[in-house]
Amino acid sequence: MKPDNKRTGASVAMRQVVKAFGENVVLNKLDLDVDPGEVVVIIGPSGSGKTTILRVIMTLERIDEGTIEIDGRHLYHEQKNGVLTPASEKHIRSVRSDISMVFQHFNLFPHMSARENVMLAPMKVKGMTEDEADVQAQELLNKVGLGDKLDHRPSELSGGQKQRVAIARSLAMEPKVMLFDEVTSALDPELVGEVLTVLRELAASGEMTMMMVTHEMGFASEMADRVLMFDRGQILEQGPPDKLFKDPDHERTKTFLRAVLSH
Amino acid sequence: MDDLILNARQYGNLLEGTLVTIQVIVGSFALGTFMAVVMGVARLSDKKWIRQAALVYIEFARGISAIILLFWMAYALPILFGAPSMPPMLAGILALGLNMGAYGAEIVRGAIQAVPKGQTEATIALNMTDRQRLRHVVFPQAVPIILPPYGNLTIEVLKGTALVSLIALNDLARVAQVIRQNNVISDSPVPLAILYLNVLVIYLILAQVIAQLFKVAERRSARRFGST
Ligand SMILES: Nc1ncnc2c1ncn2[C@@H]1O[C@H](COP(=O)(O)OP(=O)(O)OP(=O)(O)O)[C@@H](O)[C@H]1O
Ligand SMILES: [Mg+2]
Repeated sequence: MKPDNKRTGASVAMRQVVKAFGENVVLNKLDLDVDPGEVVVIIGPSGSGKTTILRVIMTLERIDEGTIEIDGRHLYHEQKNGVLTPASEKHIRSVRSDISMVFQHFNLFPHMSARENVMLAPMKVKGMTEDEADVQAQELLNKVGLGDKLDHRPSELSGGQKQRVAIARSLAMEPKVMLFDEVTSALDPELVGEVLTVLRELAASGEMTMMMVTHEMGFASEMADRVLMFDRGQILEQGPPDKLFKDPDHERTKTFLRAVLSH
Repeated sequence: MDDLILNARQYGNLLEGTLVTIQVIVGSFALGTFMAVVMGVARLSDKKWIRQAALVYIEFARGISAIILLFWMAYALPILFGAPSMPPMLAGILALGLNMGAYGAEIVRGAIQAVPKGQTEATIALNMTDRQRLRHVVFPQAVPIILPPYGNLTIEVLKGTALVSLIALNDLARVAQVIRQNNVISDSPVPLAILYLNVLVIYLILAQVIAQLFKVAERRSARRFGST
């Protein structure tokens, strides 16, 4: 896949993570370790908690129990005199600077051009000058094949183009961990390929840890270092794509794969 | 035709009254908008005491009719605090502005809540602060939602400005009143219908100016979204 010495990215370590919505326990004492630079694909039936894993790492939802470490730093806790205490918002922000997420529905800023979408956070959060942010935005938009759409508004872009702007916008923050939640699911079939091309390049570069929820099994078997089969808030089984797709251990995995691959 | 219009002096008076009315509406708008933004945002604060403080203001300033607020500003407060009474212009602007701010705050709050949650989530994924999110992402998108009801509110406040004539401020409504009173003792009285027709037209023009300004603002904010 890629030479190990090129891997940068950050590790993700989830320990006994519990997340419930009322009575509904969505993540049930989840343990998950992701290596720096690893590309992990998460599959599983609807409602099994795939999105929720990504959302608790992004701090869009707060966990009820357990711990999450990014690059060895606690996300939701701080060490005070050797005791783990709930983290301040400031601490959470500091660890969160290593993480970014790309959404199914893009969530681009509709009142800004593609370029401005990519420039905003680097200027406001990282204190880049407008010129620096502009140069970076052009580089990144070129990289995702949108060098000719710099000044287009989201409303003037196709779904595939929007998603590529959203990826560039996240890349501009130089995250060590990128989370992708069904980023091609809202796209017309003919636009999926252009987004997968970008993701393939990112995965191959090994520059960051990638965790993605996707139904693109072809992409998963080609690019993933590891596939996680998720079921009812737990990892049912996991392994390299060759093993998991061709010879899964669990009947539920087989049933799920048959259902997904049949359409 | 001659007797269908007022004389030059009376028009002069109406013009002066109109200028006072314009000052009151501009001042009230400025104060009201400031309060609307601050309190509308405060209503959505994650700190409970800030939310509550904003709620108290909104309930208070909406629950008390503008006219009572006006008398308080002009007469009761100075007595209560033993302060010299405030200029009626200031009292009028305070009363109308605080009243407008309470209604405006609810418009601002609703508009902020109408901005899709995905926008907030995107700013978190970019590690932006709450303040940066509000300023650069949420508020610019709330503006086009705010503008139409806010234009209506502003016209309501314009109509409310006539109240300041009750604290002896020589606005358009009070000037008309004075002309009517002088009319009685004048040897060539103008028909009252003509007098009030003139007043009505002036208020209508002012309301139209406000409506048009808001239309322009709405068009400009729509263009930022590249929808045309
Ligand atoms: N904000 C929320 N409030 C209440 N329940 C929620 C919330 N978010 C998710 N859930 C519930 O948590 C469970 C897991 O949801 P999640 O979105 O993680 O599933 P998923 O595996 O991503 O499913 P899908 O493939 O349909 O996207 C579901 O039962 C869902 O109804
Ligand atoms: Mg999901």
